[in-house]
Amino acid sequence: MSGFPTLLYKELLRFWKVGFQTVFAPMLSTLLYLMIFSHVLEGRLQVYPGVPYTVFLIPGLVMMAVLQNAFANSSSSLIQSKISGNLVFVLLSPLSYREIFLAYVLAAVVRGLAVGLGVYLVTLGFFDVPLRSFVWVFVFALIGSALLGALGIIAGIWAEKFDQLAAFQNFVILPLTFLSGVFYTIHSLPPFWQGLSHLNPFFYMIDGFRYGFFSVSDISPYASLGIVAACFLAVSWLTLRMLKAGHKIRH
Amino acid sequence: MPAAAVLAAFILFTSQMTLAIEVKRVHKRFGGLHALGAVDLEIGTGEFFALLGPNGAGKTTLINIIAGLMRASSGSVRVMGYDVVADYREARRMLGVVPQELVFDPFFTVRETLAIQSGYYGLRNNAAWIDEIIHHLDLADKADANMRTLSGGMKRRVLVAQALVHKPPVIVLDEPTAGVDVELREALWRFIKQLNRNGHTIVLTTHYLDEAEALCNRVAMLKQGRIVALDSIRNLINSIPGCSIRLRLSPDILPAALQSLMSSREEGYYILAIKEYSQLENVMAALRVAQAQVLEMQVLQPDLEEVFVKIMGNTRSQESASA
Ligand SMILES: Nc1ncnc2c1ncn2[C@@H]1O[C@H](COP(=O)(O)OP(=O)(O)OP(=O)(O)O)[C@@H](O)[C@H]1O
Ligand SMILES: [Mg+2]
Repeated sequence: MSGFPTLLYKELLRFWKVGFQTVFAPMLSTLLYLMIFSHVLEGRLQVYPGVPYTVFLIPGLVMMAVLQNAFANSSSSLIQSKISGNLVFVLLSPLSYREIFLAYVLAAVVRGLAVGLGVYLVTLGFFDVPLRSFVWVFVFALIGSALLGALGIIAGIWAEKFDQLAAFQNFVILPLTFLSGVFYTIHSLPPFWQGLSHLNPFFYMIDGFRYGFFSVSDISPYASLGIVAACFLAVSWLTLRMLKAGHKIRH
Repeated sequence: MPAAAVLAAFILFTSQMTLAIEVKRVHKRFGGLHALGAVDLEIGTGEFFALLGPNGAGKTTLINIIAGLMRASSGSVRVMGYDVVADYREARRMLGVVPQELVFDPFFTVRETLAIQSGYYGLRNNAAWIDEIIHHLDLADKADANMRTLSGGMKRRVLVAQALVHKPPVIVLDEPTAGVDVELREALWRFIKQLNRNGHTIVLTTHYLDEAEALCNRVAMLKQGRIVALDSIRNLINSIPGCSIRLRLSPDILPAALQSLMSSREEGYYILAIKEYSQLENVMAALRVAQAQVLEMQVLQPDLEEVFVKIMGNTRSQESASA
């Protein structure tokens, strides 16, 4: 029998045991964003016709929480195991690099979806958010969190110290999510910034995800899906290659 | 095919199968540092083997390469016939490693740690064996304690337990008794000896040479990444000719005839080094002639420590000679 289910279980248990920090705290901060931004901007921004700003904002914030937590899960788990040295228990076992990849990515997906779902359910108590297509919502949440989970593995392997990981998070992940149209539609931007936004893969994840709620989006959800899936495949390929070569983990 | 050829092939086959660990021409470089140089080593199944050497000799590096935690710069390693790179899954199933560093996962209890470790090997219903290991390593009181709350020696026991969850035929222990109290050390060795009697191959490193001498059949000594001695403990000790005599005399004066034999002096005792036992008669004769009365006399055999010091010293002087 394969060791994969156990590694997945261990990765899930790891964040679940500290669920207050890993699920509840990010839910809280996302809801705070929602409160503040909707309070400040409600009525001042016209986004989609007939959609109040707060309702527009909710799917974007949910997706942002999904992506950030998926990334945080695999990257922090890996760097903790690497620095404390207990990664050897995985490395000594017959687990293949593919199984290791899959377990870390799936655990990241579960954590991302758990936080996102939590935020969504809370907001349902206060706002009337439409859900036009569950399938689109689910597909984008799934691929988006898997992509960030894989990216988290790369960051966790690459970083040698916690502050390097924090730098990756603060200078790459955070700006890309904030500038992806969580708080606005890119049609409201000047052409130059619109063009720039199209280079940001996070834009497609948010836009496609939001399409599932409103059936309205900046670009076609099929195009977004294609781009996000291509990014996922490229990042996964790179991650698998790093794991196979034992880059920075099997010297 | 002629019967002789079949037999020869069979013998070749079985002799290969009986190797627990086979290290061939392994080199390891860390940048400019040549940590292992052309290491060749064969350890048969069922052996109780010690890897000895001073700090930085390359013991852990060699173990890491055997375990797949590091890759050799060149050369190959097999565990129970499986190449540790090409057939890594089979090779790792055959191997249990107790790492030198005290590592642990602070998220889990002892029992969780062991259950998870066996799960990595695909063993899901392993509770009976886990209980047995917990019992033998005297961890029962701490089975449900979080790893973080354990003392250093207890964490070391859990590391040993983790290496055994999948009942590996080959067990490698990298300084398992560092920081472990006398009582556990004895219990640990009793357990390991029992595993060895049951057919497990044991490879260990230790800086306690008396431990290695008492337990092992064969040792390899590493120095600066090279094997400088590889033999049974008996042969190594026999390679040192002669023995020492420890004498207490009355009056406390060593006869002049014996001065040349004196190797050292302890409070009230003279230590003489003799090359062969037949020299003992000459010593006794000299004492009689000098009318010295022997109050106490012990014949001291050379031990592994003496061999170790000699071999490490020898190679040092060779190096400085060639330098
Ligand atoms: N990851 C690494 N990067 C660079 N150098 C290393 C690395 N690991 C080990 N070394 C070097 O390789 C040499 C052998 O180290 P190793 O840990 O194998 O020694 P050892 O025989 O286990 O010593 P000890 O008895 O202290 O445990 C040392 O000079 C060490 O500094
Ligand atoms: Mg060592």
